Amino acid sequence: MDVKFVNAFVGSILNVFKTMMSIDVKVGKPSLKEAELVTAEVSGIIGLSGEVQGSVILSFDMPVACAVASTFAGAELNPDSADFTDAIGELANMVAGNAKKDFHGYDASISLPSVIIGKGHRVSQSKVWPFLVIPCETKLGKFNVEVALITKKAPATVGV
Amino acid sequence: MNMKILLVDDSRTIRNIQKNTLKTLGLTDVTEAADGLEALSCLANQRPDLMLVDWNMPNMDGITLIKKVRETDKSLPIIMVTTEAEKSRVLEAVKAGVNNYVVKPFTAETLSEKIQQTMAKCAAAT
Repeated sequence: MDVKFVNAFVGSILNVFKTMMSIDVKVGKPSLKEAELVTAEVSGIIGLSGEVQGSVILSFDMPVACAVASTFAGAELNPDSADFTDAIGELANMVAGNAKKDFHGYDASISLPSVIIGKGHRVSQSKVWPFLVIPCETKLGKFNVEVALITKKAPATVGV
Repeated sequence: MNMKILLVDDSRTIRNIQKNTLKTLGLTDVTEAADGLEALSCLANQRPDLMLVDWNMPNMDGITLIKKVRETDKSLPIIMVTTEAEKSRVLEAVKAGVNNYVVKPFTAETLSEKIQQTMAKCAAAT
């Protein structure tokens, strides 16, 4: 995976958490995974289409998901709250949307968010695509941002 | 100030965040819509003084909504509030008729400034 995509997602995670929640994120070393990933309990998922295709998953354990969703929404949220999945989905939307502005030369669109809740659930990805896991740590707890994508064209050149 | 505001975003979390910012500006007369179609229904009932619109929404997206509104209403102040941050998207929105543009993530200060800036510009133009 081109390092610019990795940097785009790292920059976006830092920006979204700092701007919306005044929270600093410590980003660990990203690693590539081959196999289908076993996620944590809550997954916020965004699809990418166009010249960059794939998906982005924000993956949380439940206590961290509750803490992050509550801080983001500015109100106490739990999995039974009507706005819990809305907050997690919007967070995933912001991370993916903010990252794609730094896909210089590639035009991509993002899907509406989906949120899956359930212990040990799996999100199936294409086995041929590189699957990058970006570990993140905050004062609210740890979570992962998982990115699987491929590009569908050579990047556009800037200028003549 | 007794302005009517229409918030159009499929995320209730974002609408609540926006409402909190509007409240700090003394703007409490707020109607909410979760997509472009709902927004058109609201607009048919009452013309707001300002509309905040997300881009990516189900049923009818923000850019389609803005184009439809501009067919009949050239002067309604519209601010797009979206994760779409690429220059090409901003230009597309301006071409469709937005008066201002806020990229998510945003701070309350940024949103507040853009709202005041937009209202001042639109008031000066009339």
